[in-house]
Amino acid sequence: MAQSTPPALALKEITKKFGSVVANDRVDFDVVPGEVHALLGENGAGKSTLMSVLYGLYKPDAGEILIDGKTVEIESPASAIALGIGMVHQHFMLVPVMTVAENIVLGQEPTRRWRLDLKAARARVRELSDRYGLAVDPDARIENVTVGAQQRVEILKALYRDARILVLDEPTAVLTAQEVRELITVINRLKEDGRAIVFISHKLGEVLQVADRITVLRRGKKVDTVPRAGATELSLARLVVGRDVMLSAEKPAGRPGEALLDVRDLHVRDDRDLEKVSGLSLAVRAGEIVALAGVDGNGQQELVDAITGMRAPRSGAVAIDGQDIAGKGVRAATEAGVAHIAEDRQLRGLVLPFTLAENLALREYRSPEFSGHGWLRLGHMQQRAEKLLAEFDVRGGGAEAYAAALSGGNQQKVAVAREIASNPKVLVAHQPTRGLDVGAIEFVHRRLIAERDKGRAVLLVSLEYEEVKALPDRILVIYEGEIVGEFPPEASEEQLGVAMTGGKTERTEVAL
Amino acid sequence: MSQLEDELNAEATESEGAAARSPAALTAFRRGLSGVTVPILTTVIAFIAGGLIVLATGHNPLSTYSSIFNGTGFNWLFPWVGGAARATAAGNLQQTLIQTTALILVGLAVAFAFRAGMFNIGGQGQYTVGAIVAVWVGSSFAGMPAVLHIAFAIVAAGLAGAAWAGIAGVLKALTGANEVISTIMLNWIAIWLGVYCFQLGGPLQNPSMPSTPVSSNVVAGAKLPVFWGSAALQGLDVGIFIALALAVVFALLIKRTRLGYEARTVGFNPEAARYAGINVGRTWIRVMLICGAFAGVAASLDILGWKFSLFTNDIQTSQIGFYGIAVALLGRNTAGGTVAAALLFGGLLTGTSDRNINLSIDPTLVQYLTFMIEGIIVLLVSTDVITLRLLKGGQRIGVALGRRPRDVAGAGRGGGS
Repeated sequence: MAQSTPPALALKEITKKFGSVVANDRVDFDVVPGEVHALLGENGAGKSTLMSVLYGLYKPDAGEILIDGKTVEIESPASAIALGIGMVHQHFMLVPVMTVAENIVLGQEPTRRWRLDLKAARARVRELSDRYGLAVDPDARIENVTVGAQQRVEILKALYRDARILVLDEPTAVLTAQEVRELITVINRLKEDGRAIVFISHKLGEVLQVADRITVLRRGKKVDTVPRAGATELSLARLVVGRDVMLSAEKPAGRPGEALLDVRDLHVRDDRDLEKVSGLSLAVRAGEIVALAGVDGNGQQELVDAITGMRAPRSGAVAIDGQDIAGKGVRAATEAGVAHIAEDRQLRGLVLPFTLAENLALREYRSPEFSGHGWLRLGHMQQRAEKLLAEFDVRGGGAEAYAAALSGGNQQKVAVAREIASNPKVLVAHQPTRGLDVGAIEFVHRRLIAERDKGRAVLLVSLEYEEVKALPDRILVIYEGEIVGEFPPEASEEQLGVAMTGGKTERTEVAL
Repeated sequence: MSQLEDELNAEATESEGAAARSPAALTAFRRGLSGVTVPILTTVIAFIAGGLIVLATGHNPLSTYSSIFNGTGFNWLFPWVGGAARATAAGNLQQTLIQTTALILVGLAVAFAFRAGMFNIGGQGQYTVGAIVAVWVGSSFAGMPAVLHIAFAIVAAGLAGAAWAGIAGVLKALTGANEVISTIMLNWIAIWLGVYCFQLGGPLQNPSMPSTPVSSNVVAGAKLPVFWGSAALQGLDVGIFIALALAVVFALLIKRTRLGYEARTVGFNPEAARYAGINVGRTWIRVMLICGAFAGVAASLDILGWKFSLFTNDIQTSQIGFYGIAVALLGRNTAGGTVAAALLFGGLLTGTSDRNINLSIDPTLVQYLTFMIEGIIVLLVSTDVITLRLLKGGQRIGVALGRRPRDVAGAGRGGGS
């Protein structure tokens, strides 16, 4: 498309090797002004490497980069910025104690008589934020604003530096559904304004919503570039994974038994001593998956922490198969039969410098099979690891490999394998597919359903609408620390959305 | 160097994880991948830098180093050294190994804490209380059977060191007090406690030498047997075997026990430790107890092996706890590395001591050379990024420095995160 004007950015046959690994193999990519071009691919497909080449972090082994039709050498992020390339990283690069305006102008501060002209900075920030609908308070400190606002600050930072080519690296990974909608509006305005946008993602639905063209990378190679028109989630998934995938988990109806998890009138406070869970009760029965849906920050984290023993509730009961474990700590919860797929595998779920064998022992290392009289049974740890790595199809290393060396999807498989292998009565899965690609999501979903069918109680806490729809037998909606509704999986997005944002209109009619 | 390259690349492609890694985790990651190359290179660079200093003062670095080398007694290993030179070399090597004994143990005291994400600067204090207790037990109970007496003194000194370090562990677990600060403070308390004990009129001062601030002498039955050289000429005692055995214990503890596993989990990722049901505070306390025990035993081996008494002046000027930090850092907090690094520093200390100095070399310079080399080594180990880059030919140094958190000494300030 748009052959008349040269593309704002064109990457030609970019090749980047790391030792024997070819991260990018003759990849072509271009984006024209006023276009959103999505870069889609699994974790480790080479998206980040390609963008690092573009941003001057890596020097390509072969290939060339053209800006407005002219070949350029990009040696550093500074030269990328000078060429009009703006990058919004997945992990924000902001100074928490400085204000929004200060962060935006940092490095290119407007000055008046050698002094920082904050007034001019604020005015410029306000002008940009009005123009593109990027609502931020220039005087708020970064540490006090939401993740969504921090992302808007990052975008403003790029715009302030006059970025004509804007790269958004997995921009929705950290956003709530509402924030994603707002971001899409912003992207559309930037597009209308003639900016060229590279949108990196592994979420098919989003890409179909926002992109004009979609380029799929697989194992370092460009598979295809397709226009949005005509593309479907299924056709894209096939390109990404290289085979047919099952997008909605197929599952026979569950046959729930007695309640294995019974939470009664639970009150939990967060670190700042604010009540986040307010008299919540819920039950999950053997052989069912219950999804807890809600907007992030409505008490999900505190509820999960209280059930898994990581946080003591102020009052209330958490019974695991009749045994109250509220406030007794993680060890008591584990012993009672709770397993916990943590929301953040790198923060909590794994010890990255540990081997996979060591990581896979983390939940059960105190049990007699893993240790006795204070000594670890290394042989058992090793065998157990080999068995689980094979069973869960973990790729990228054996039992002796370091967890840090694995891709995100394989790391998550390790964390999931460990929790499932501990033979829990209750499995708490907190965002179990966050940041995973379609193939890995499919795998985790299948395993969760298999666990349900073995008679375990699965509590799925998720922010992903697709997941909440696809997996559970029942959906509970949490809002401000309380369960405000119960829905069957057939409930519409509107019904759930209303409940999740505190609306109470239709709840009684649709509740089971 | 393909391993190194892989590491750098793995790190670069896997940008997702960088933010979540703790400094201790990063250190371990590097330790695993850069193996022994970096410590050896570090040492070589330090010696070259020291040589340049010698050169700048108008002396010949080669003859200086050869004189230091002969002073260490390592030349005893050369079969062609014979006669009187061989006897001298044997004596020097005995001295080097005597120094190595305590250095291994104070090194382990620091290394174990590092593995659990803590920085034990308190080796000096833990050593000092160990020494006080060892000299008291060793100089009392004169009628005890030798083996029992020695075991009693060593265990008592180990317990004293453990208790001393345990204070910092308890403070950290209960109040979050940073162990760096509390162990430094405990060092001073221990030092002045020792001075108080043995000063003129102090409660443990030698009653038969009322005008000397020194402890009583260790009784003959509590002295460690000398197995190489003459006991009268301060030959090598069996303490070195105890130190080596404890290095093996250290390795087993770290790799094969539940406590070691818990300690490493806490060191790499305290949040994951909590998630796994590990009591983080209790682990900190246990780890500090073990660290202190290593340092306390180090002191007892010095006292029972060759010092036999404790002067207040010694207590105030001893630097052994700080050498322990350098030993642990250079040894990358592993048992084998610590033993090797202890041998290096033991050799340096002996090789540059007064009696080994060749008259052609400025004696003060040679002594200071030990400190300079120690300092350069610590500096380079703390900034091993630079050494890694030197290996890589300086490529992408800017990017690397920008990306990596600066973790001085690799001490995971685990409590903070």
